[in-house]
Amino acid sequence: MSRPESAAELSALYQDLILDHYRRPRNKGALENADTRVEMKNPLCGDEIALQVAFDGNTVSDLRFSGRGCSISQASASMMTQLVKGKEAEEIKAIGRRFRDLMLGDASAAGEKELGQLRALSGVARFPARVKCALLAWNALETALAERST
Amino acid sequence: MRASRSEVRTFNGARDVNRRADFPLLANDPGLHYLDSAATSQKPASVLDAIRDFYETSNANPHRGAYALSVRATECYQQARQRIARFLGVRDVDCLIFTRGTTEALNLVANSWGRAHVSHGDEIVVTALEHHANFVPWQQLAIEKQARLRVCELSSDGRLDLDCLRGLLNSRTRVVAFNHVSNALGTINPVAEIVELIRENSDAISVCDGAQSAPHLPVSFDTLGVDFYAFSGHKMLGPMGIGGLIGKRATLEAMPPYQTGGDMIEFVGDERTTWNVLPHKFEAGTPNAADAVGLSAAVEYLEALGMDRVLSHERSLMSRAQTRLEEIEGLRIYGPPALGRSGVVSFTMNDVHPHDLATILDGQGVCIRAGHHCAQPLMRRLDVPATARASFYVYNDEADIDALVTGIMKAREIFGYVPT
Repeated sequence: MSRPESAAELSALYQDLILDHYRRPRNKGALENADTRVEMKNPLCGDEIALQVAFDGNTVSDLRFSGRGCSISQASASMMTQLVKGKEAEEIKAIGRRFRDLMLGDASAAGEKELGQLRALSGVARFPARVKCALLAWNALETALAERST
Repeated sequence: MRASRSEVRTFNGARDVNRRADFPLLANDPGLHYLDSAATSQKPASVLDAIRDFYETSNANPHRGAYALSVRATECYQQARQRIARFLGVRDVDCLIFTRGTTEALNLVANSWGRAHVSHGDEIVVTALEHHANFVPWQQLAIEKQARLRVCELSSDGRLDLDCLRGLLNSRTRVVAFNHVSNALGTINPVAEIVELIRENSDAISVCDGAQSAPHLPVSFDTLGVDFYAFSGHKMLGPMGIGGLIGKRATLEAMPPYQTGGDMIEFVGDERTTWNVLPHKFEAGTPNAADAVGLSAAVEYLEALGMDRVLSHERSLMSRAQTRLEEIEGLRIYGPPALGRSGVVSFTMNDVHPHDLATILDGQGVCIRAGHHCAQPLMRRLDVPATARASFYVYNDEADIDALVTGIMKAREIFGYVPT
């Protein structure tokens, strides 16, 4: 039986950029004057995230995250906060949809510029057990956006 | 690179046949290093054959038909019960109730005995070392009955703090639930001492989660002294979906049924129903006879090895693993010293998250568990969100430990740690 992960796939998963975000997460900490706070847990592995979002109309003016988890969940959250800050809700939702496509192995998503550094996470698609780690922050953000719109 | 396997391996110092060859999944995949037996064990061919043989030669609904085939199915089911009872030191065979596994067995006690005997103001004691299966049912019972759930704390090295336990026991304590062996750390708890403490300081019943002891230690229910003992077949070389609850006859007979339906009744009137005798009172519906037969074959396999040898085999693997892992810089092992544990090593390494470690090890063919091990109360007290856990069983050998260490070194490399 062949293992699902070759050495090349492992290297693709743990790129320097991902380890850099894991060890020096951007936008980590508490956000004063946040409008929304969402907590999410991954019950399987114990990863947890608390996301605080400040809005200016429909625009995410600032956001911070806290919590702990594996390199994939932390890097994904860090990259996400950098990418969506200053963007409008609809645009963020569209990026989120494409990021989900990327995690489901849609190769075309890997070429899309609007995903920015998140494209470094494309290797996660080869590790089905880890996809939920990469999506944890996005689930929190989408919940925050949904709460804002109601 | 994967470690090579020797054709003849040692088992407790004696030259022995290649045990791995008895397990089709492992035999078919020489590069696989299965170190997650605390989650579920692999199955020997004899177990798979026994299940198939039951369906090919003896399958009918036990306890139902007047025809010979049904009688044969009934006999197979009952013989399995006898064999498993003997293995676990239960003289009164009717006191072994088949369940889907440990979780169902513990829920049976909490729902049947618990609901009948625990009331407002009573106390239930669990420990910080419990699997959620022996924690949540008691917590929910306490909420329902407005009873108080009290948690026995641990020493710094992950053993039960017996002074704390003594302090928690009093005349209001109805239940003390604890595991024999911790699934997360491998801690072997001193059951006799715990039972004595309970008897001296309360009238509580003792409920022992044996999911991690029945597979790895010699167990005799009649000498353990606990009121209830729960176990799972799939962790002891048997199939998934079968396990059991062992209790004392007087206690079981006084308990109301847990589920109602076919097989567990004596007489069903329009207004009321009377219950069948033990063990049937607690086995509503068509029994899982085929898997009981499979578990019986698993017990036979373990008996042939001898549980003392199973234990010493795991001990020797574990002390070797401990030595090798302690040499790795930044690696931290949780739990008591190796001698106080069954074949489990729970660890973390530097800032490499256990989940990442497990993915990288998987790339080397090494299966370990990463996470909270269904023991979140314990993880909170250890102040870690997760650990990596390697667990050993009869089919593991030194090549598996070599592969584990090689895989950890690979993870260090990927995460940028210089070789130690």
